[in-house]
Amino acid sequence: MPFNRKDLLGLEELEKKEIQTIIDSVKPFKSLFTRSIKKAPALIGKTVVNLFYEPSTRTRTSFEIAAKRLSADVVNIATATSSVVKGESLIDTGKTLEAMKADIIIIRHSLAGTPEILAKNLNASIINAGDGFHEHPTQGLLDLYTIYEKKKKIEGLKILLVGDILHSRVAKSNIWALTKMGAKVRVVGPPTLIPKNIADLGVEIFYDLDKAIKDVDVVNILRIQMERQQENLFPSVHEYVELYQVTSERLANAKSGVLIMHPGPMNRGIEISSSVADSTSAVINEQVTNGIAVRMAVLYLLSAARIKQGKKHVNSN
Amino acid sequence: MEEKNRKIILDSGKIQTAITKLADDILSKNDDISKIAIVGIQTRGVYLAKRLLKELTAKKNTDIEIPFGILDITLYRDDLGEMGADFPTIKDTSIPFDITAKNIILIDDVLYTGRTIRSALDVLKDYGRPKSIQLAVLIDRGYRELPIQANFIGLSYYTKEQICVELREVDGQDTVYTCN
Repeated sequence: MPFNRKDLLGLEELEKKEIQTIIDSVKPFKSLFTRSIKKAPALIGKTVVNLFYEPSTRTRTSFEIAAKRLSADVVNIATATSSVVKGESLIDTGKTLEAMKADIIIIRHSLAGTPEILAKNLNASIINAGDGFHEHPTQGLLDLYTIYEKKKKIEGLKILLVGDILHSRVAKSNIWALTKMGAKVRVVGPPTLIPKNIADLGVEIFYDLDKAIKDVDVVNILRIQMERQQENLFPSVHEYVELYQVTSERLANAKSGVLIMHPGPMNRGIEISSSVADSTSAVINEQVTNGIAVRMAVLYLLSAARIKQGKKHVNSN
Repeated sequence: MEEKNRKIILDSGKIQTAITKLADDILSKNDDISKIAIVGIQTRGVYLAKRLLKELTAKKNTDIEIPFGILDITLYRDDLGEMGADFPTIKDTSIPFDITAKNIILIDDVLYTGRTIRSALDVLKDYGRPKSIQLAVLIDRGYRELPIQANFIGLSYYTKEQICVELREVDGQDTVYTCN
């Protein structure tokens, strides 16, 4: 099935077939990584802008490398040093970038829905690189691809998300993608960090990690955001470690061959023990590598869709 | 698919003959079989390449394993902007050997404008610097748009009509025909 969208705003609105198209497109891009020259000319002459209103190293770098390996020109805008501090509105910033002929704008913002506002007001393609607690679609896709690569399927797998589900856009994108692809998704964490209505998305809620981990194929461990402790959402780091740290002992109840995932950056010794992070079950570094390939596939598919869209325009005239 | 003006150019027997001829020609120009490597262009060039590989190995009666790779040109096309709704699906490229100092036999089904080959040369360039690249095609249908020629040709059949190649591995049968 062809991919015909202008933007990638979230995985909620994608159909199962569209997600499958993206996943099926990743491998050729990953093949480039083993060459001495890791670059292909597919996006030559295109301009990709990283517009980040929140600090980020790995996601921004990953998008930058992905775009550069496709030969696009990449501009990074950190908003602390841009006109945004002078009070320029989001849409005006976007219009300015478009006037500079940006083809694709990758945006991260603390406010959910920001990428959508930009998408509605600009002709450039928008990729959501994380908006508030809403979604982080490329992280969801790279997690999905990593599972697919290792387990050769998604359907029927039992997948556990551990930790702060409430504040995690990674968890939301994972849940949308995984449930659409037929996985059985469980979430576990302190009751204050699990939104009650999350069950409506077809996931099973647990509060006891030892029960939740039983027979799972994949454990995806979310980062504990330390600032949440000041909001009294969990009593203490010590207690969190006692109840929810993923340790080798606890993993003994998972299925053999269980995959350990973490979107990074890790708090070793808090949500994940060092021995688990360094174990052979952990695919955390592979997630990072796959992230580049997945983002290349997304950039390529959106560019292809732009060309197709442009053609339609020409033909109808 | 039944086209109205379908005219058979090669049947399955003639395809086999053409492949045997290609193998003979390749061997006559490449004394040292240990230096050659086969690379097929996606999609049907890959299956032709596999058949040629078998043929070459049998003819030389050798234990030397000829390196084999597959190549997709999608990311290197110069006409992506003109593809419209027929935007190609990207396929895998896998060249699991060092191409440096090798004589690469590049294989495709039909040679026409030369643009596919131009792209394939660019792909190979990003893998290293082979000693030589030699082009083998099942059909040369002429009408080049670039200064590119094949070293080994199964059949020259100059035509402005489109040529379709069906191979049993993907299409269930071996046949080459005009398909306008």
